[in-house]
Amino acid sequence: MSKNSIEKLPTYLAIPPLKKDSMAGKGPFKASIEIQKDLGFPGEKVDNWQQVAINKIAETKSKYRSVQVFLDSCMKCGVCTDKCHYYLGTADPKNMPVARQDLFRSVYRRHFTFAGKYFPKLVGAKDFDENMLDDWYNYFHQCSQCRRCAVFCPIGIDTAEISMAAREVMNAIGVGQKYPNQILGKINKIGNNLGMPEPALRDTLADLEEEIEEETGASVKLPLDIKNSEVLMVTPSADFFAEPHIDGLIGYAKVFHQSGVSWTLSSYASEAANFGMFIGNYDVMRQGALRIRKAALDLNVKRVVVGECGHAWRVAYSFWNTLTGLGNGGSDEYSLKLQNQLDSNYPQPQHMIEFTYDLIQRDKLSFDKSKNDHRVVTFHDSCNVARGSNMGDIENGQFILPREVIKAACNNFSDMHKSTIKSATFCCGGGGGLLTDDLIDLRIKGAKPRMHALKQSEQDNGVNTLAAICAICKSQFSKVLPNYDFDPYMIVSVHQLVSDAIILTKDSET
Amino acid sequence: MSLISIFFTLFFYFSVLIFITGLSYKVVQYWNTPAPLKIPIAPAPLTKSGVFLRLAKEVFLFATLFKSSKWTWLFGWSFHLALVLLFFRHLVYFWPGEIPLILLKTEPLKYAAYPLIFGLIGLLGRRVFVDRVRYISAPSDYLMLLLIILIGASGMLMTFANNHPNMLLVKNFAEGLITFQWSELPKEAIFLAHIFPVFFLIAIFPISKLLHGPGIFFAPTLNQVDDARKKRHISNWAMQKEKNTKIDLEHNQDKGN
Repeated sequence: MSKNSIEKLPTYLAIPPLKKDSMAGKGPFKASIEIQKDLGFPGEKVDNWQQVAINKIAETKSKYRSVQVFLDSCMKCGVCTDKCHYYLGTADPKNMPVARQDLFRSVYRRHFTFAGKYFPKLVGAKDFDENMLDDWYNYFHQCSQCRRCAVFCPIGIDTAEISMAAREVMNAIGVGQKYPNQILGKINKIGNNLGMPEPALRDTLADLEEEIEEETGASVKLPLDIKNSEVLMVTPSADFFAEPHIDGLIGYAKVFHQSGVSWTLSSYASEAANFGMFIGNYDVMRQGALRIRKAALDLNVKRVVVGECGHAWRVAYSFWNTLTGLGNGGSDEYSLKLQNQLDSNYPQPQHMIEFTYDLIQRDKLSFDKSKNDHRVVTFHDSCNVARGSNMGDIENGQFILPREVIKAACNNFSDMHKSTIKSATFCCGGGGGLLTDDLIDLRIKGAKPRMHALKQSEQDNGVNTLAAICAICKSQFSKVLPNYDFDPYMIVSVHQLVSDAIILTKDSET
Repeated sequence: MSLISIFFTLFFYFSVLIFITGLSYKVVQYWNTPAPLKIPIAPAPLTKSGVFLRLAKEVFLFATLFKSSKWTWLFGWSFHLALVLLFFRHLVYFWPGEIPLILLKTEPLKYAAYPLIFGLIGLLGRRVFVDRVRYISAPSDYLMLLLIILIGASGMLMTFANNHPNMLLVKNFAEGLITFQWSELPKEAIFLAHIFPVFFLIAIFPISKLLHGPGIFFAPTLNQVDDARKKRHISNWAMQKEKNTKIDLEHNQDKGN
């Protein structure tokens, strides 16, 4: 990691003037031959890559309406240009959402449209040459697919769809990014992003149980692979080892302990994260989701609950039913097999926040809120939860429920500026497959808008704790907070706040 | 008929032909292309009527644009609204036979030309003077604005500066295009400068960014109901894939084993 000087933040975030090529470069590390082959992609850039890429673009736009419609429709109104955190943080014009899309759109126009074939200069159509491919690789890996631009686009264009399609095309010609593709290999082989095998996981959980008992005197369990449990808990594997994530996991365990609902983790499906989404590959994403389907069937559970992870919740909430039939309302044989087993009285899958919120609503949990009185908490809406999912099946539930859970456990809560939260939330700067050290410069710069809003909250309301429900956000913030003169430990899981304040029933009392 | 009348008559039919076939092709293409995943963007409606309301707010009020940039909204919305009003103002020329009373009362709509020009100049100014918007603009983006400004300006010069062409000729020409009883058009340059860009824009509609018109209705981000957990949403190609690999799925997907 390069030494980055601490940014002095202004009191209001100005839209920077363009600084052309300020983020030009080679992009993140490329995936090795083995990594690529593991996922069924060509190991190295294929010889006739241009033709293969054009064919892949044709295939992708014929399978995804979003891609076809978005490539055609942009009227270049430019209102998205100041909405991307990477543009605000880097001032590189190619980080403006429309300019990023235009890397793809100019190629589409050149090869697929009348105007682009015969009047390329007039409509800004460009050949897919080596330079263009370099730009694709560099700038489509400076997009965290956070979809903030899509919230502001008057015709609903979602740059994330284009960025996913671009990565899919690049993988198809053998140009893949090391970080997500290596991780996807691990989840396919071992079951989680870390490559943590079952015995290691079992040890970790046993240690945690001891730790909790020592600290609280309650025998809170973290069960693994227990058949016929009520709930299968699927959580990002970062929850098993990383700080501050692990304190969130302890929080889930305490909530389950108090709820009396039997639950289990699975060693086979020990990962909620699904980087298949980041690389825009339906099959890879489905493969990850199928592990969870299989675990739910094998363990014969009634409910599936997902831990604190942003993109995982988007995949679970929005895509699992499609990919695996894990949901409700399926009528085909395949999805019925699972849906008949699951309890239709509950949404499937359910978020841990929904689970905890429901218990709070029914007065099943007691809190000593004073335990969190040293904190003034603010909540960072993680982009995939905020813009690509729901909670509680009520309008804007994904914004309401986490805040209600925090407020149930804490006395001091204060939101950041309204233009930076809820559907307009700023990405942490590390989502979408960019949470890797080779992109640290981008990550620090991309965090700037969020850090700015946080700085304002610190000054105005004395905020000293940043709560989030996303494993990537938590890791990213731990790393970049010091660059903006914040305490790296101010980032916590929402369920850590729950964990610190929840009053546990000891065995002797039951 | 004079050569110039024949040219414009043919140009009109040529443009309309491209418009209809091209637009049908695009709409059918959008319709037939599956949206394999649920990707509604927040704030996402949970019901069908919610989606309907959302699209109506976008199409009639440009609600998101208002949220995103007040100036662009002011310019864009006034320009589009003026276009619609002026369209109705022009129907009277093309209406074959007896003209319905309502169309005879559209004269005041001519003042929509002012917000039209206001909006267009605003959009052009934004494109020229805001460095970010300048960066993303291709020559065609300027050209389209200039063409519509030309249409508006020539129309205003005819209407408000007493440069009226022979209105009987205009009526006969326009109505003749609809009834296939072609007749001479007025040959004043200002009139030709008014209709040429109109016909041209009609022709390029299905092959240009003007496709944002139909496009907005097909954006899955805007037209999907946020109910993925309650209803299984699956595309044909994904269903096919599921069927083809069904036996595999019930067994271990684990490549490492």
